[in-house]
Amino acid sequence: MEFLNGLVFLTNFVIVPALAYGAQLAIGALGVTLVYAILRFSNFAHGDTMAFGTAVTIKVTAVLVAMGITLGPLPTALLAMPVGILATGLLVLGTDWLIYKFYRQQKAKPVILVIVSLGVMFVMNGLTRVFIGVRDIQFADGARFLMTVRQFKDWTGLDEGLAIKTTQAITLVTAAITVAALFWFLNKTRTGKSMRAFSDNEDLALLSGIDPDRVVRVTWLIVAALATIAGVLYGLDKSFKAFTYFQLLLPIFAAAIVGGIGNPVGAIAGGFLIAFAEVTVTYPLKKVLTYWLPDGMGPDGLVQLLSGDYKFAVSFMILLIVLLFKPTGLFKGQNI
Amino acid sequence: MTDTLRTSLFAVFVALLILGTGFLDNWNLALVILNYGLISAIMALGVNLQWGLAGLFNVGVMGFVALGGLASVLITMPPVTEAWAAGGGRVLLGLAIGAAAIAVLVTVYKRMAKGRTRNLVMIVLSIASFFAFRTVFDGGVSAIESVNPSLSGYLGGLNFGGDAGRDWWWMPIIAWPVGGLLAAGAAWAIGKVALGLRSDYLAIATLGIAEIIVAVLKNENWMSRGVLNVTGLPRPVPYETDLQVDPAFVTAANDLGIDATTASTLAVKLLYAGLFSVFLIVLLLLAQRALHSPWGRMMRAIRDNEVAAEAMGKDVTRRHLQIFIIGSAICGLAGAMMTTLDGQMTPAAYQPLRFTFLVWVMVIVGGSGNNIGSVLGGMLIWWLWVAVGEYGPDLMIWATSALHAESALKASLIDSAPQMRFLVMGTVLLLILRFSPRGILPEK
Repeated sequence: MEFLNGLVFLTNFVIVPALAYGAQLAIGALGVTLVYAILRFSNFAHGDTMAFGTAVTIKVTAVLVAMGITLGPLPTALLAMPVGILATGLLVLGTDWLIYKFYRQQKAKPVILVIVSLGVMFVMNGLTRVFIGVRDIQFADGARFLMTVRQFKDWTGLDEGLAIKTTQAITLVTAAITVAALFWFLNKTRTGKSMRAFSDNEDLALLSGIDPDRVVRVTWLIVAALATIAGVLYGLDKSFKAFTYFQLLLPIFAAAIVGGIGNPVGAIAGGFLIAFAEVTVTYPLKKVLTYWLPDGMGPDGLVQLLSGDYKFAVSFMILLIVLLFKPTGLFKGQNI
Repeated sequence: MTDTLRTSLFAVFVALLILGTGFLDNWNLALVILNYGLISAIMALGVNLQWGLAGLFNVGVMGFVALGGLASVLITMPPVTEAWAAGGGRVLLGLAIGAAAIAVLVTVYKRMAKGRTRNLVMIVLSIASFFAFRTVFDGGVSAIESVNPSLSGYLGGLNFGGDAGRDWWWMPIIAWPVGGLLAAGAAWAIGKVALGLRSDYLAIATLGIAEIIVAVLKNENWMSRGVLNVTGLPRPVPYETDLQVDPAFVTAANDLGIDATTASTLAVKLLYAGLFSVFLIVLLLLAQRALHSPWGRMMRAIRDNEVAAEAMGKDVTRRHLQIFIIGSAICGLAGAMMTTLDGQMTPAAYQPLRFTFLVWVMVIVGGSGNNIGSVLGGMLIWWLWVAVGEYGPDLMIWATSALHAESALKASLIDSAPQMRFLVMGTVLLLILRFSPRGILPEK
């Protein structure tokens, strides 16, 4: 019983939140990794692409709710998300046509493209701020919980409760569908295979008649979809604030690099690794240890290894360790 | 157009922008822009050394600037003796334990043979030392933070010049180079670890370190009060209130036909501008000398072709570390100056867009690889940043005057005007990168 209580407590406060956060990071990191694999630069504007997609989704959600259209227990934002994806897709395609294309044709060095993406980051950040403002916005509606603490306690008779928020369940389901669809696309369809060929060896791909412009366009569309989905899921689970999304860049990049940048499986593994590390290290584990250790041996302190504000430090330390000891990442990089 | 003519025209243009702000709007604003512009120019100089001269992609400028700000607090504030008595020693002991643990871990990693035993020893050692560190350190921290938490609750600085440190008015000027030293120390540690990485990995690494430095400043209240902020930092120039009661100053102001209050604010800002200019000019001269010295040529050779430079016997990693430290130290110096000018340390104000990426815009717009270019670019972009924030809303009201007074679009456009800054900065950066990728004053 003691053990089960500890386990439930751990699940409630560490495992479930970390799973949801990990899924959000994983989808974000997939976007970064795709840009890296196909377009061959680290896209600093990714966080702000996420913010833009989420902002559009929030506006459409507001319109839908005003019209009385909701999804019942599910958040209306899911219904609005396709519009957000479409708008973001148009934005990134426009950005590519107006900005990145020039440098691609010039065969500019990757670091120049990174600096260009800094400019794009500024513009997208500004667009989002002008479009929706800088306030903290909660846009999750529908049922709050899939299972409440009380329901769980009544059902199992344990002392500790387990609550699962609707947004957490939705995050996991949506993430699973997204990842499955992405992998199916990359491995089974003709376009997906041409993308992989392009990433593997650009010259060979061009020789075999693959249209590079098409590959780039499809990549940007997928990246827009991934960015919007990741942004909306994160926003539903926590809240939307333009600046927070910019800060997500760090754990997302850490996830992509830890997993091996350019490698989608690595991006997913990296996302969950970073999320679990962040949540575990910054959550006070006193209660779990009190349950699990024999009586009287429980810790006096909170056993919070680091204060919550240092969560960036956690993703960063993992990033550094991986870069120092296994620079290619856990999975071999650039290989979609 | 010759290089000299181009440089002079750019300099005149920047001067006209600032003077124009003074003549057309008000001199107070013009001087505020000038002062922060001078500081921005110093930051841009530091980044230009790293990027323009050595091709190092450092997006952790904010971290070094914040460390400079910390130095300002640690040097210029009077010490809090009660806090030192309560837990100063214990905190220092904790930090010493932490440093020793890192040293031991590095030695173990280097000395022991590779294998499972080493991994095990390292894991056990790191966990044990972490708990030892936290036990000693946390006790000291809570003792310090409970000393008069609403006013101090931190260790204070090293300024023993009585009356809130005002007697030793020269302390801030000492604090600025100390800020540079602090940033240099951090840059050494970071460079040792991260400089071997690929350019975009270095970017992510520096971005992360900057966030961590700011997180530390926000949370470690015993050091600089965290988000409670340290206010009332001593300054190297007279206070306005003192000037206003100084008969000689009041007479002089009246002779010039300005009232004493306005004159005092202008005088203080002019003094600051003079101090900052001295630092900027000295640094600019040094940077110019470095650029045209054999050392500078070597750096550019390394930047343009690392393999060839290495084949010629140049120690690329060492040279990179060297210039990374120098550039970061300059950013730290500028950060210390900025905190002194602000008169307060507010860790929450350190935002990467403002303190890292804006400096990058300055360098690239001004001309990477050209010291004068990046200095003038710093002034220009700073002016633009302030001008868009200051005049943007008025411009937006004017631009939307044709719209119906109660239209929602008009209201939201006017509300969002202050956010236009980011849009403008991004557009400027992209335009320069597209049409004049070497900046306004290209490298010679």
